[in-house]
Amino acid sequence: MDGKERMGSVTDFLLELRSEEIPARMQVKAKEDLARLFNDALAKAGLAAASVEAFATPRRLALIATGLPLATEAVSEETKGPKVGAPPQAMEGFLRKSGLTQDQLIERDGVYFAVVEKAGRQTADVLAEAIPAIIRAFPWPKSQRWGAASASTESLRWVRPLQGIIALLGDDVVPCEIDGIFSGAATMGHRFHHSGPITIGNAGDYVEKLREAYVLLHFSERCRIIRDGAEAAAKAAGLTLVADEGLVTENAGLTEWPVPMLGRFDPAFLEVPQEVIQLTARVNQKYFVCHDKAGKLANAFVCTANIEAHDNGAAIVAGNEKVLAARLSDAKFFWEQDLKVALDDQAQKLAQITFHEKLGSVADKVERVAKLARWLVEEGIVKDATADAAERAARLCKADLVTGMVGEFPELQGIMGGYYARAQGESDAVADAVRDHYKPVGQGDDVPTAPVTVAVSLADKLDTLAQFFAAGMPPTGSKDPFALRRAAIGLLSLLLQNDLRCSLKDMLGATGAGTSFDTLEEFLVDRLKVQQREAGVRHDLIDAVFSLGGEDDLVRLLARVKALQAYISTAEGANLLAAYKRAANILKAADAVDAAAPAPVDFVAEESLLLAALDTAEPQAAAAVDAEDFAGAMAALASLRAPIDAFFEGVMVNDPEPAKRAFRLGLLARFRNAVTQVADFSKIEG
Amino acid sequence: MLDVAPLSFQDLILTLHDYWGKQGCAILQPYDMEMGAGTFHTATTLRALGPDPWNAAFVQPSRRPTDGRYGENPNRLGAYYQYQVILKPSPPDLQQLYLGSLKAIGIDPLLHDIRFVEDDWESPTLGAWGLGWEVWCDGMEVTQFTYFQQMGGFDCKPVSGELTYGLERLAMYIQNKDSIFDLVYNNATADRPAVTYGDIFRENERQMSTYHFEVADTDMLFDAFKKATAECESCLQHALPIPAYEQAIKASHIFNILQARGVISVQERASYMGRVRDLAKGSCQAWMAKNGWAA
Repeated sequence: MDGKERMGSVTDFLLELRSEEIPARMQVKAKEDLARLFNDALAKAGLAAASVEAFATPRRLALIATGLPLATEAVSEETKGPKVGAPPQAMEGFLRKSGLTQDQLIERDGVYFAVVEKAGRQTADVLAEAIPAIIRAFPWPKSQRWGAASASTESLRWVRPLQGIIALLGDDVVPCEIDGIFSGAATMGHRFHHSGPITIGNAGDYVEKLREAYVLLHFSERCRIIRDGAEAAAKAAGLTLVADEGLVTENAGLTEWPVPMLGRFDPAFLEVPQEVIQLTARVNQKYFVCHDKAGKLANAFVCTANIEAHDNGAAIVAGNEKVLAARLSDAKFFWEQDLKVALDDQAQKLAQITFHEKLGSVADKVERVAKLARWLVEEGIVKDATADAAERAARLCKADLVTGMVGEFPELQGIMGGYYARAQGESDAVADAVRDHYKPVGQGDDVPTAPVTVAVSLADKLDTLAQFFAAGMPPTGSKDPFALRRAAIGLLSLLLQNDLRCSLKDMLGATGAGTSFDTLEEFLVDRLKVQQREAGVRHDLIDAVFSLGGEDDLVRLLARVKALQAYISTAEGANLLAAYKRAANILKAADAVDAAAPAPVDFVAEESLLLAALDTAEPQAAAAVDAEDFAGAMAALASLRAPIDAFFEGVMVNDPEPAKRAFRLGLLARFRNAVTQVADFSKIEG
Repeated sequence: MLDVAPLSFQDLILTLHDYWGKQGCAILQPYDMEMGAGTFHTATTLRALGPDPWNAAFVQPSRRPTDGRYGENPNRLGAYYQYQVILKPSPPDLQQLYLGSLKAIGIDPLLHDIRFVEDDWESPTLGAWGLGWEVWCDGMEVTQFTYFQQMGGFDCKPVSGELTYGLERLAMYIQNKDSIFDLVYNNATADRPAVTYGDIFRENERQMSTYHFEVADTDMLFDAFKKATAECESCLQHALPIPAYEQAIKASHIFNILQARGVISVQERASYMGRVRDLAKGSCQAWMAKNGWAA
């Protein structure tokens, strides 16, 4: 390090990879990947830059490294070889590998060493190799081939066609080539605001030269312009922008010269549910929406253009207004048409839609879900709901699938049903259940807690899972075409979050889909392990409780697992586990074990202590498990820890005297059985 | 907005013909079968396969039964026109060529916001995919721009560049109309008035929407679907990829009508599309074999 600084020979490096438009969503990560790959390449060559900054715009990915040494330092690499007097084969092998002769080796303390002096390399040479390697290794989520070279499937891949490379070390081009593209010093400015190539002198003038050509290289600067500009545009119209950082980033990835502008739409469209307006504005058009002073959705939007138009954007705003109006008029048409038809009538049409060719129509599914939702309430599994409300909501919950609006915006399923249900006078509980019954969609989504919603959502998921499994269509490997894993996670979240107490077997039985659900139960327990992993619950402990059999109330199962985990992670628990494993191993090796083997006359204190402890702990643990006092059950087991340790310490189990051996093995069997009342410790890892 | 009178609908087509003709494209006629998009034309599907250079442009009438709105929605049609350009291999200046075509039809990129927005194209029924963009003009999608990577399940060697212009949308833009039906179709003379798009096609939209949504005999269509698939397979057995492919197109269109009739569920949808895809893939495979091209 000192040497380099003394020589003072450091410089800056500029890399620009110019391409056709890079998808907005990929730019932030691409920037990070470029910096990482570049730093890795430097490190591999024994180089380091003082700073590395990466840039991404729609048409370029770039990087500036400062304080880069002009050459790597000379190093001498020493490799240890065979000992003096080692067999000749060992020496031959070593010489072959190091490419030296024996007299070139150095001998030290009876060992040969090969010393290879590696001269320093020019940084330009390192970079000339690294650039094509980085391009070829670049981890784009999706990449493509293009042009004449793509006659071979081995041709270069990039996110979109790669058009040019700038590689400047100091003021000099680092010459390199990849698939016919040669590095140079020229780039292009904004697609429409600047024509002809721009020659960059060095890393120092890159950012400013491009700014003059209407390209803002800093992602953060473009974000700021969009955020502030959109807010200001809304404010100037007396409105408040609905902040949306996702949209800020997306628009920054779509522009090299962002210009936010406010547009309006006909207030008549505000009759349409605001989710629809927001969805179409945001997802389809990438517009921000605004609130008025009362906090309601306003008839205004902010779009982000990529040019400063010569009419100050009048034509652009007019064009965007027209596009949004067209989309909203489509939405309004659907809204009005849909309101004319009662959801009950829409639900009739579900008979014509196949849910799955083996599982009948969607109407059949609705019928099953309605019965199941009613059952869940009547059985008291879901409390504080009326069975009629649950059944009503279930009968309406899929009706919006045949509405025009959901046909157009499938992501609004449920939400629209909620609106239509409310509009036709259904109670809030029913309308909310229709709206939210798909929830939770995957982990992290809100889990419903309103009782009617819980009943319908749970019934829907139980039905889907039971039907597909009963028809022999479980997910396999990475294939899960019916999203059963997501349904399972939803089911588990509903049960656990709402503390719903029921045997899984009973619930699955109530679906009417079949009689045996062993595969599905195992699948659900597997999903439970995945779901609980984030919460830090150990999968082996879930197995340890589940494999006892009989425990299929998942709320209780989890409580038991958590008590077990708390205990096992104490030193005492770990000791008990060790004692269990020791006992289990001894028992495994024994020929015959009788837990009721009689005590020999001369039994010792360790035996009598363990016997007494077992006599107390066994019923205590059993009673605690029955009372669902799992901490109590653990405490009962804990009382065995000292006696079992003392037992192993003080007696030899496999005593030569058969009576003694039989009694001791019997004690161990009782110990194992007592522990197994709480969990199958043999499933516990570690 | 424009210095000169905006192009009529037919002049928009003629201008694009002229522009792409000058770029060396063969100006073809539409394929004479019902299809959902220009990509189904054999000039795109089959010609995208194999090593031979191929440059063509054509209008393809495109039928989307589910998009029909009885002629009442100003922005939606059940049948419309796509302008399709295919250049193989994709030239290095394809974006510039495309922007040149926009200028030719009167769109000034310093007055209008032209953007290339990610849109990965995939045709599940053709077993085809590519990367590219939807091109936005002031927020309106006016063109689909795609670099084909696979067609019929086969890697494209070399890659074609495909441009698909939505002619009605572009015309609405250029003519500044709020309704498709108000588009000026031709050029008036002193004694022959201009006709609008609505004059020509609105009644078609009404009748075809009624047919597709209410009348089409679904039993007949399910049967026709089966027959088309059987016929396709028979053609494949006779090593006749083009007639086989025509049956695949037919099956695809019948499937689209069944969709519009609302008799195919989400789950079944995938299986029907899978069947059409198998036919299209089979046809592409037979086409490759007929030409002696290796996958």
